[in-house]
Amino acid sequence: MNVKTISLLVVLVSLSLLASLWMGQQAYTWLPPQASAESKLVDDLFSFLVVLGSFIFLGITGTLLYTMLTQQASRFDLSDGPPIEGSVTLEVVWTVIPVLLVFWIAGYSYQVYQQMAIRGPMDIVHMHMGTPSAYAAAADAEPIEEIDVLAKQWSWAFHYPQQNVTTSELHLPVDRRVRLSMTSEDVIHGFYIPAFRLKQDILPKRTIEFEFTPVREGKYRLDDSQFSGTYFAVMQADVLVESPEHYSQWLTTVAKGDRVPAVNSAYTEYNTRQEKGIRPGWPTIKPAAPPLVNQG
Amino acid sequence: MIESISIALEQPKHEPPTGWRRYFGFSTDHKVIGIQYLVTSFAFFLIGGLLSMVMRAELITPESDLLDRSLYNSMFTMHGTIMIFLWIFPSLVGLANYLVPLMIGARDMAFPRLNAVAFWLVPVFGILLMASFFLPGGTAQAGWWSYPPVSTQNPTGNLITGEAVWILAIAISGVSSIMGAVNFVTTIVRMRAPGMTYFRMPAYVWAVLSAQLIQLAALPALTAGAVMLLFDIVAGTAFFDPERGGNPVLFQHFFWFYSHPAVYVMALPAFGIFSEILPVYARKPLFGYRVVAVSSLLISVVSVLVWVHHMYASGTPGWMRMLFMFSTMLVAVPTGVKVFAWVATVWRGKLRLDTPMLFCLGAIMMFVFAGITGVMLASVPVDIHVNNTYFVVGHFHYIVYGTITMAMFAALYHWFPKITGRMYYEGLGKLHFVLAFVGTNLCFLPMHLAGLHGMVRRVSSYDPEFAFSNVLASLGGFLLGMSTLPFILNMVGAWVQGKPAPDNPWRAIGLEWMVSSPPPVENFEELPIVISGPYGYGKSEPLVSNEAALKPH
Repeated sequence: MNVKTISLLVVLVSLSLLASLWMGQQAYTWLPPQASAESKLVDDLFSFLVVLGSFIFLGITGTLLYTMLTQQASRFDLSDGPPIEGSVTLEVVWTVIPVLLVFWIAGYSYQVYQQMAIRGPMDIVHMHMGTPSAYAAAADAEPIEEIDVLAKQWSWAFHYPQQNVTTSELHLPVDRRVRLSMTSEDVIHGFYIPAFRLKQDILPKRTIEFEFTPVREGKYRLDDSQFSGTYFAVMQADVLVESPEHYSQWLTTVAKGDRVPAVNSAYTEYNTRQEKGIRPGWPTIKPAAPPLVNQG
Repeated sequence: MIESISIALEQPKHEPPTGWRRYFGFSTDHKVIGIQYLVTSFAFFLIGGLLSMVMRAELITPESDLLDRSLYNSMFTMHGTIMIFLWIFPSLVGLANYLVPLMIGARDMAFPRLNAVAFWLVPVFGILLMASFFLPGGTAQAGWWSYPPVSTQNPTGNLITGEAVWILAIAISGVSSIMGAVNFVTTIVRMRAPGMTYFRMPAYVWAVLSAQLIQLAALPALTAGAVMLLFDIVAGTAFFDPERGGNPVLFQHFFWFYSHPAVYVMALPAFGIFSEILPVYARKPLFGYRVVAVSSLLISVVSVLVWVHHMYASGTPGWMRMLFMFSTMLVAVPTGVKVFAWVATVWRGKLRLDTPMLFCLGAIMMFVFAGITGVMLASVPVDIHVNNTYFVVGHFHYIVYGTITMAMFAALYHWFPKITGRMYYEGLGKLHFVLAFVGTNLCFLPMHLAGLHGMVRRVSSYDPEFAFSNVLASLGGFLLGMSTLPFILNMVGAWVQGKPAPDNPWRAIGLEWMVSSPPPVENFEELPIVISGPYGYGKSEPLVSNEAALKPH
């Protein structure tokens, strides 16, 4: 290779690198707001993967496109290309580099998962390999807020055991570690708040503990993320992250309220269709009665 | 010694039908069976595609306004099932059926009758599955994963439900696949022509061998899981019923222990197609042939050790998530080796951008993209966010359509002259490529964005914030539907009145190109004696020592 080729290659690689770094910055805009401490860790990891991925993608497709544009044989050229059958050096290089990348990505992901500690701090401690196992946020000083989550076809209910309050929207205090005890009454459901980047299946007859730290006040959406039958799509709930004062005020008010059946989309939709006599498609499991919740 | 066993002298009692009639009968000719597979599976591809366009029509607006929700759930369940079990699997098996004996210099598959039985099970379970649309309770509606307890819920109380029929169809499909796998492995191991050593086999044959070995090793897990699920539904057992001490997560393990490797059963033959077609249109040998061949086997081995990556958000402990993250990412290594080898094959070649080559190059680009999002999905923290969202739907459609189906089209164009003895129309082929390439990216790229923002898969209605991505995806979906029209026109038109094809229109190297187009019933007059490797482009060494004797005089 002469100097000209090498400098051209250096320029091309730097350009791809710059483009990839730019993509890595763009990656943050493809995601919902960062409303939990965990979401920041996940987004940084995702952005890193986007940089790496963009660089590889640009390299491979760039080479292919360049070849397609410049190396077409003319119509009457019936000769063959050079009979290159392989190159041990190249093959070793493109085996070893991906292996190293895999170790890098896996190691980084492991570290992030450990820091998230969403299944409790002890979750993967027995395969601890010297990575710092701290909570995602500086939330370890705060007391943990315990909330029970009950999923059924197709409604969410949240129970605050200390105040004996049940609601159909999830209120959370900002900057405090939350531990959910989740269970399902019928089928598998999934607890998913996109703004928190967190997801966990909820199994019938089993309680699964799940932890995280909301860090941004606002209203977010909770979805059922594991297909749960006919009205799966409308099994949603609002998530309200509030300041600690607001939160405790809300708890005190709502604890005084009477218990009434919650407003539930699936239940309403099913009954409206029945009343109007709309042919309800194929037979479906009836939505369970909406949970009884404290009036706020 | 197998060589000393003579071939049974028993002959068929009467002559099999000839002409078009043979395609509707119990033919034992691997080429007829190959075409039967290809045509049958393509019919189901159109049905599955129609269902997906109905889904895209529902999803073009956020509300659930076109279909009842139960019907929508049926649509995605049946779309997935049809596309996997009635399009990708049988079409790839059909292609392999046609090509493998020709490529290894055999006169037929090892077990021709078994081959025919395996094929005829496909329309049987296909029709069975379609019949479930007419049941009072409708078709299965629990998605193609069929996770209990949703799949065992039975609102009608009938014994014969869509779900029971679905399981039965899947079980029959499994039997058919195992029959095929036994046949392919035996054929490739035992029926190679003299001189056709393992490292003289085309890379496609290596890929088929690796894929079929996965079928043999992993399919029994799904069959066992399906039988247990069927018992839970119709016989009152409680393998997966948490109310009575069963464990629904166990089913997920059974299911994914097969269904992840199944992705490689589908992808490996597509990789084989790239390895086969690129050298022809680049006029260069496949770069690092031995490494590419062996990497297929490596992929099969690693593929049975990665299934828990579908269950990161499921009831799995942290150590399991970490372990499977690592094994999953390792798949990227042998796969990367293949991609780099393809790029190096094309590099400095004398390229001819005919339709098969365009489909291959387009598919490789989309595959690289899917591989990158695949590694993102393998990373547990990222997956916990995007698991069960449209990011995953977009990712795997770049594999199943962008890579595998595009590879299938490349193969159909490339071997069309051999199979039919006619040339296809190049212009229509290129039009098909452009529409399919644009359609695939327009349909599946926006899905990644919707998924990153948190749009859950399998929803029949969604929040208005996702509307823009979904309108794009729907338009892409309809375009993709339209893109099959020039293909059908091309195939039917060319088969009926296309220009007669010479034996070797692409000046390709390979045993299948040394016989007439289409090849005679038993392929070779005299078995070829192979004396060199499969990709001698740019070298003037003959592939066989008895080329003249392969064809009848």
